[in-house]
Amino acid sequence: MKYLAQQAINALQLGSIYALIALGYSMVYGVLTMINFAHGDVFMLGAFFCLLLIAIVPVPFWVALIVVMGATAILGTLIERFAYRPLRDAPRVSAIITALGCGLVIQNTTLGISPYARPMPHLLDNVTYQFGGLTVTTLQIIIIGVSVGLMMVLDFLIRKTSFGMAMRAVASDRATVSLLGVPANEIIAITFAIGASLGGAAGLLYGMAYPVVSAGMGITVGWKAFVAAVIGGIGNMRGAVLGAFILGAVEVMTVAVLPSTYRDLISYSLLLLILVFKPHGLLGKPTLHKA
Amino acid sequence: MTINNEGIALEVQDLEVRYGGIQAVRGISFSVNPGEIVAMIGANGAGKSSTLRAIAGAIPHAGVIRLGGEVIRTVHPEEIVRKGLSLVPEGRGIFANLSIEENLRLGAWTNRKEFDVNLEKVFGLFPRLRERRDQMAGTLSGGEQQMLAVGRALMSRSKILLLDEPSMGLAPKLVLDIFAILRDINKAGVTLLIVEQNAVMALRLAHRACLLELGSIILTGTGAELLENPKIRSAYLGQ
Repeated sequence: MKYLAQQAINALQLGSIYALIALGYSMVYGVLTMINFAHGDVFMLGAFFCLLLIAIVPVPFWVALIVVMGATAILGTLIERFAYRPLRDAPRVSAIITALGCGLVIQNTTLGISPYARPMPHLLDNVTYQFGGLTVTTLQIIIIGVSVGLMMVLDFLIRKTSFGMAMRAVASDRATVSLLGVPANEIIAITFAIGASLGGAAGLLYGMAYPVVSAGMGITVGWKAFVAAVIGGIGNMRGAVLGAFILGAVEVMTVAVLPSTYRDLISYSLLLLILVFKPHGLLGKPTLHKA
Repeated sequence: MTINNEGIALEVQDLEVRYGGIQAVRGISFSVNPGEIVAMIGANGAGKSSTLRAIAGAIPHAGVIRLGGEVIRTVHPEEIVRKGLSLVPEGRGIFANLSIEENLRLGAWTNRKEFDVNLEKVFGLFPRLRERRDQMAGTLSGGEQQMLAVGRALMSRSKILLLDEPSMGLAPKLVLDIFAILRDINKAGVTLLIVEQNAVMALRLAHRACLLELGSIILTGTGAELLENPKIRSAYLGQ
């Protein structure tokens, strides 16, 4: 029982990080019905931006988090502006190829600059607390707390602010949004910025939790988050969070009872099962797409 | 064609719209005076919607469009809304998953300061919307959705409203209601340019009207004149 509770904490930690990344996939899919395949690499760069920052100035965690989120937000906006926007009305395949291309450029540029995995220095004094036999670290509390906090801010933004209202309207009918005087391009750019900043925050948190940072993280971790978004129902924010926590739990429990090499097999099998029995994901709704 | 643009709300000269190799609008010219209702009638594919969409900045065009004397060149519809012209699109373009109030808030994007005042005016015109302000717009009936679309466009306090087939898909009683409200809106000082396949309703409402066929204007006159025109009577009124 105690062992399960301990694993549940680990699952929450992994799930939180997946959720932050999955939200970025889902937001962009929501407004543009496009899978931003470069998003995993933005997550990876979040960790590298942090390494770079603390190599220059040793800043505390909170400062690093804000700087990394700002830097990845700018990166996300640039990707949207220069790679995706010119192809907005092109066939969907072009956008997907461009997104994959962006991801490859980011990944291989990073690999060129930093061919080897790097250790992430400690940003926090990691204290271990005991609660009735359960072990919880400062790091775990921070990761789960920051993730949940950011998700609550996002939920507020989407449901209660003018931006969120416009974002939901763009997701529903982009052409009509412009006819109302709402600058759809700005709304889309801000959506990318927010999604990328959450991915960047996830990169930093992931680097702190599993303190090795490598150029391949965008594939190994980022794509898992994409799987989580699809499981939850891509385009649906709550679905992304739900899918992420389910995937986190499944992975942690798999490793707890099976050899760790089975982890990816189980994760992707879960995806297959969902796609077979609930193709729109757990919370996704079937939609009709215009050609 | 008049030289003095001062008194003209909207002026279109030699407007052309192409989709790839297809020319939908073939060099039409017309003008709309402030406070006027102008109707544009014609069959499917005559170029009516393309004309409205070009004026609203939603699609590229050739020729000259003047809004209050200023030449419009942009393909960003949001700039046109700021200049005081709104299009109520064909099929209404309601955001089904947003509440009625949110739909109206989006319509007020360019004019958020007077939101409360304008909201009262729109609710005054369409009391049904007030009753249902927190409901998802997708739960509204077709007629209510059309009212929401018109109300949403009014939230920007546009001086000129373009309406693309406001009667489409509505029961005859609702068409009468909508057109009565359009008359009220016009009396309150809003200039209207209406595209319709329901020629009788549009011609009865309009001060002036034109008939489009295959991308060209082939008849113009007052609404009453066109209602009496034998060609229109046989082709569009079934008489």
